[in-house]
Parts: sequence; structure tokens; C-alpha cells
Amino acid sequence: MADIKEIIAARVAKELKDGDVVNLGIGLPTMVANFLPEGVSIILQSENGIMGMGAAAEKGREDVDIVNAGAQYVTVNPGAMFFDSATSFGIIRGGHVDATILGALEVDQHGNLANWIVPGKMVPGMGGAMDLVVGAKKVIVAMQHTQKGAHKILKECRLPYTAVGVVDMIITEMGVMEVTPEGILLTEINEGYTIEDVQAATEAELMMSPNLKEK
Amino acid sequence: MFAGSEIPKVRKGKTMKEKIMTAAEAVAGIQDGATIMVGGFMACGTPEILIDALVDKGVKNLTIICNDAGVPGRGVGKLLSNGQIKTLIASHVGLNPEVAQRMNTEVTEDKLECILVPQGTLAERVRAGGAGLGGFLTPTGVGTIVAEGKQVIHVDGRDYLLEKPLKADFALIRGSVTDRFGNTTYNGTTRTFNPMMAAAANYVIVGACEIVEIGDIDPNNVVTSGIFVDAIVGGEKPWQI
Repeated sequence: MADIKEIIAARVAKELKDGDVVNLGIGLPTMVANFLPEGVSIILQSENGIMGMGAAAEKGREDVDIVNAGAQYVTVNPGAMFFDSATSFGIIRGGHVDATILGALEVDQHGNLANWIVPGKMVPGMGGAMDLVVGAKKVIVAMQHTQKGAHKILKECRLPYTAVGVVDMIITEMGVMEVTPEGILLTEINEGYTIEDVQAATEAELMMSPNLKEK
Repeated sequence: MFAGSEIPKVRKGKTMKEKIMTAAEAVAGIQDGATIMVGGFMACGTPEILIDALVDKGVKNLTIICNDAGVPGRGVGKLLSNGQIKTLIASHVGLNPEVAQRMNTEVTEDKLECILVPQGTLAERVRAGGAGLGGFLTPTGVGTIVAEGKQVIHVDGRDYLLEKPLKADFALIRGSVTDRFGNTTYNGTTRTFNPMMAAAANYVIVGACEIVEIGDIDPNNVVTSGIFVDAIVGGEKPWQI
């Protein structure tokens, strides 16, 4: 059985269309680039100043002036461009990024997202996340369904928001959910899980898609 | 040199030659309590030789404006470890565990004030500072704690936060290639906040990897004009993880 993160990343990859401009968060979202379907080529934007980011740099062949937003050496593809941070976030806020894929601490049924602070415990900062989720045309949360059994998909976020009403889709190891004006719609369930399993792992009440796909 | 051109005059009464100096000379004017912008992203694009000079100088109670806190032993992380920062204005500090330690310390003189700003807002606030703008309207942060105390302005059906410009006494910039006038290029992802910061501070110091003669950089490739630059220090090393 494939790693849970790989299952999630592979499913997220199917949401991307050929030619999409995409910003991938650090960690699991970065893996999405490894699972693009045949014939789908995307343009990766990195908020530290790259359009057309390529794969990780091979050891011994790094250009020390080229890193991704996680400060790892990367390559750039033919046709790439470098720019400053104001330009980068103009691209992001200006709606020129088709999709952003990132993790979450909490998501709620209104599409509110919390992923930057646990007051009193963890204060890493929002980095570019607040701009990305407000500016990107499509916001996909890619994460494990629960945090060691604790609900992450909630009726209302309890942690401070990253942004309100921005999440379009949630993809976990259990399945795929779309955030609609009426609430969270379960559209796909992965093999090995029942509707009851997914609901038990979700605080928000799930609506069932009439076209629910079971794998 | 281009035909018919003259070597540009340097502002503030300095001759061309005087812009190039040692790191210690360049930071000589930085006093306790100064506000300093530092370019770079996770220290990629941060002028380490200028940071080192500030550590040697030992000035304290600094307000540092930088994308992040670097990492321990690198970038502004060095200033933090040395207890020189009073206030840090940044977008992300999670990769430097010293930030949390200093924010939570009971020792008053070691306590760090950390003001977190969304990265795009930080970049634009610095840009606004250098571009003579009184602020700008951004949808980022609406409905979050970032909006606390800020004016919300409704334009054509959407809410925006009024964000104000940022300026500084000094900016520490990292140039890949800098000419003797201060015209600067940035390789790869070292550009980050550097060009905006160069315009938003009163006194701008470039830590350059390579210093060339005026006219050696094709004007098409100059990103930061020498008019912004007050001091140039050579010997900046390539960034390495």
C-alpha cells in the first residue's frame, strides 16, 4: 500500500489542468508535482521569486542562488523567470495563479482556513499563505483527515483564521470534499472507508454528492 | 561606457570611489535603536558580511524588517542569537526556534517583540515606503487577526485592509554584481525583498559578490539603480544551505 501522503498527493494532481500556474506549499503539497497525469504539464510558481520552477537540484549540480520557498536547492525550467517579492505577490493576489495547494490545521464548513498559528504553542507566522489563499483562483487543502484522531474538518475553526471563505476543495486519505455555499459535499470515498467512517472523522456534517464515487 | 555619457555624480557630496568601503566603515553610522531592513528569504539573498559587521559592532535594540528570522547562525538569525534585536517585523519565523524562545522569555532585556505580517503585505509595504505611497488596499488578512486595528475599506463590492508603508534608517542589500556607482543585479532567487528595500531606507549598503566598473553591467539588466546605494562592500560569498 502506498504511503498516505502519496495517495493524497496523487489525487490532488488529478485536479490540475495542462498549463495551470500552481503554487505548492511545503511538505505534502510539494509531492503533487510527482504525480501529474500523462500529458499534463503545469507551471510552478514559487513565492520567493520563480515562475517556472523545476525539480529539486541534483546533488553536486546545485546553483547556490536558486532555492524554493523551503530554502531547498531547485532547478528552473526553460522559459522560467525570476522576480522580486512584490512582483511575486502581485502575481499571487492579482489572480494569476490558477491553484494553490496547501496543508491545514483546521478547515471549516464555510471554507474558512486556519494554518498559521496555535496561540501560546506554535507561532511560525503566515508566510505567504494568507496572500495565496486570497489570491489563487482555486484553493485545495491537502492533508490527513484527522490529527491523530482529532477532528480537523470542523463546523467552525477554533484557531485564528488564515482567511475566511476561501477553501474550494479538501483532499484527504479518506476522500475528496468540495466546499459549497450549503456546506461540505463528499464527492469521493477512498477504498477501505465507509461514509460512516468519513463522517465519524469529520466534525462538520457532510452532505453526500448524488454522484458519490466509491473506490 | 556609452558614447557621450558621463560618469554619474554621487549624491550627498561623495565621490564615486568613496562608495566602496569596508563592512565596518559601511555600518559605522548604525546606532542602537536603529530600524534596519535586511533583504533575503531564509537568508538566500541576505548580505552575510554586513550582518557579521553588525554583530561585531554589537549595536542593540534594533528593529529588523526582514521576510523571516533566517536560521540560527545565518542571516538575521545571527543578530537574534547575539541579542541585538528588540523588534522583528517578518512574515515567517518558524524555521528559527530561537524566535519562540525569545518571545516567551521571562528575562525582560532578552524579550523579543515579533510582529508578523503576511509576506505579500510586507513586500508591498516596503515597496510603498520606497515609492512615495501613503499605503495600499489589500484583500489579504480581511476577517483575520491581521485586520485588528486596521481600517477596512469597501471598494466595488469587496473589503480591503488599508496597509501603511514601511521605511527604515538603513537597508542591508545583497547584490550579485554591483558596479562602482551601485547599480546592482541579483542572480536567481536572491532578489526577494532587496530591490524594494533599497528604495525604502535612508542609507543603503550593498554587500556585493562581485564589484565591476561603471558601464560593465548592461543597463537592460540593472535591477537596482545606483542612485539608491550609499555604500558598497565587496566580498559577499555565494549563499549555501
